[in-house]
Amino acid sequence: MDQLQLSEMVEKYLRGELSGAEKVAFEEMRMNDPELDQMVVEYHAFLDQIENYGAIRRFKSTLYDTHQTLQEDGLIKELRIRGSARIVNLWSRYRRVVMVAASIAGITALFISGMITVFSPKTPLRDIEELRRKVSSLEKQSSTQRVELNKFKNKIEPGASVKFGGTGFIIDPKGYMVTSAHVLKDAKKVYVQNQDGEDFLAEIIHLDASSDIALLKINDLDFKATKQLPYGFTKTSTDLSSPVFTLGYPKDEIVYNEGYLSAKSGLDGDTLSYQLAISANPGNSGGPVLNKNGEVIGILNARQASASGVVFATKSKNIYRLLESLKDSESPEHVRIHNASSIKKVDRMQQVKKVQDYVYMVKVVLN
Amino acid sequence: MSITDQEKAVFKAIGVNDKDAIESVYKDNFSLIQHFVLYNNGSEDDARDIFQEAMIVLYEKSKSPDFVLTCQIKTYLYSVCRRLWLKKLQQNRRIESQVENFDQIVPVEDDLEEHEKLNKQYLIMRTAMGKIGEPCKSLIEAFYVHHKNMHEIAEFFGYTNADNAKNQKYKCLVRLKKLFFAQYKNA
Repeated sequence: MDQLQLSEMVEKYLRGELSGAEKVAFEEMRMNDPELDQMVVEYHAFLDQIENYGAIRRFKSTLYDTHQTLQEDGLIKELRIRGSARIVNLWSRYRRVVMVAASIAGITALFISGMITVFSPKTPLRDIEELRRKVSSLEKQSSTQRVELNKFKNKIEPGASVKFGGTGFIIDPKGYMVTSAHVLKDAKKVYVQNQDGEDFLAEIIHLDASSDIALLKINDLDFKATKQLPYGFTKTSTDLSSPVFTLGYPKDEIVYNEGYLSAKSGLDGDTLSYQLAISANPGNSGGPVLNKNGEVIGILNARQASASGVVFATKSKNIYRLLESLKDSESPEHVRIHNASSIKKVDRMQQVKKVQDYVYMVKVVLN
Repeated sequence: MSITDQEKAVFKAIGVNDKDAIESVYKDNFSLIQHFVLYNNGSEDDARDIFQEAMIVLYEKSKSPDFVLTCQIKTYLYSVCRRLWLKKLQQNRRIESQVENFDQIVPVEDDLEEHEKLNKQYLIMRTAMGKIGEPCKSLIEAFYVHHKNMHEIAEFFGYTNADNAKNQKYKCLVRLKKLFFAQYKNA
């Protein structure tokens, strides 16, 4: 019997899944083999630990859901302290920090004013301004060179088989983005490509099979943090018939589509998803679904093969949930998403113009 | 105060992760705890963290065969939260005086010691899980946390059949076990 079969047997034994005769045989073997006995004891302790870990994780996720539901239904409220209580509260909490900051500020101010009197140049101000202009023109030149370099340098090694997996979008300007977990199936390496055709290497931070969401981080020296995101994220559920739109990469170029929310649950009553009536193609997976206020309500992830125009999207509150669960993990990724959309009151064309810079093509390298 | 049968039933149901029971306890108690934490130098996030940790203590107690609930759930939760919050304040040295009281309390020190122990084990497992890397972590979690079967796992992770997935799971489990016991035996 090899190790795999043995450990399978031990696990079955501990879970009480062995038949009567098998159990007797196994126990006899265990009696005559102290090494096996030791293994069973250790395995037992270990399995208990994993089961406990799993149970606590499940309980935590129920707690999280309960909090969300109760809050959405207005049964519990997140209170804010008002007036003097709040100030006392803040003061007592940050007193030390404030004092340290104040003394540092004082010392720095004295130091700088001293330095200025000692070193201030006697040259007229005009010269300084000219110099600065020169520097900025140099800077401009180098940035154009950089763009050209990028154009010619194809980062993906020749011979690697690239699957044009799907779409992803930024959720934190530091380079965190989400896409559908199934897009990254079998991925050895992941690249994301922006509208200008620049590739960036990305790292898979987390895959969540149940909600079909993956968190990626762009890990590439050429990537610079983006500006504040134009779109927001909503935690509350969206109403039937709300108009929605999406952007994605079903081909080499970004494509816009619009439709409406047709059901609050997905395939077979899956409450993690919405059903949408929108036209989507392979490659649209992982793209953002936005409402008319420019808030992300979900991530597009599948369409029904038997019916045309029936598409599913996993709800955006699952993104929050995923991030919450990461908070809990050993090296928490500091992903911050802000809820407010800054493109609420502008027309659709402007919205799309703003959003498209944050939507990337996700390319998956298989070998 | 005597405990009603209904209260006992709710307490038991919490131990099996029963959504309705959890929701009713959550709804009836969260506001009190929130007030308590906010008026004793805490933030909304603190309130939520403390309350959820106390719920986990309640869950552990409900599963433990040795534990008997001798007061109302509300009193128990409040006592645990109060203790947890005092401890946190002391750690951060934010405390000069006693915290303000909102309700009656029962002694919970021993219960919390037990919770500390379990929590330590949970953290060791979490650390080990964090170290085994992908796809091991997702695979192990799919099986032991989400209780997916081997066919579902094979399909999702792209293994050709359940046996391949089983093989992979075994390799991952061996690594996890090693990492776990390395920490566990030191602790």
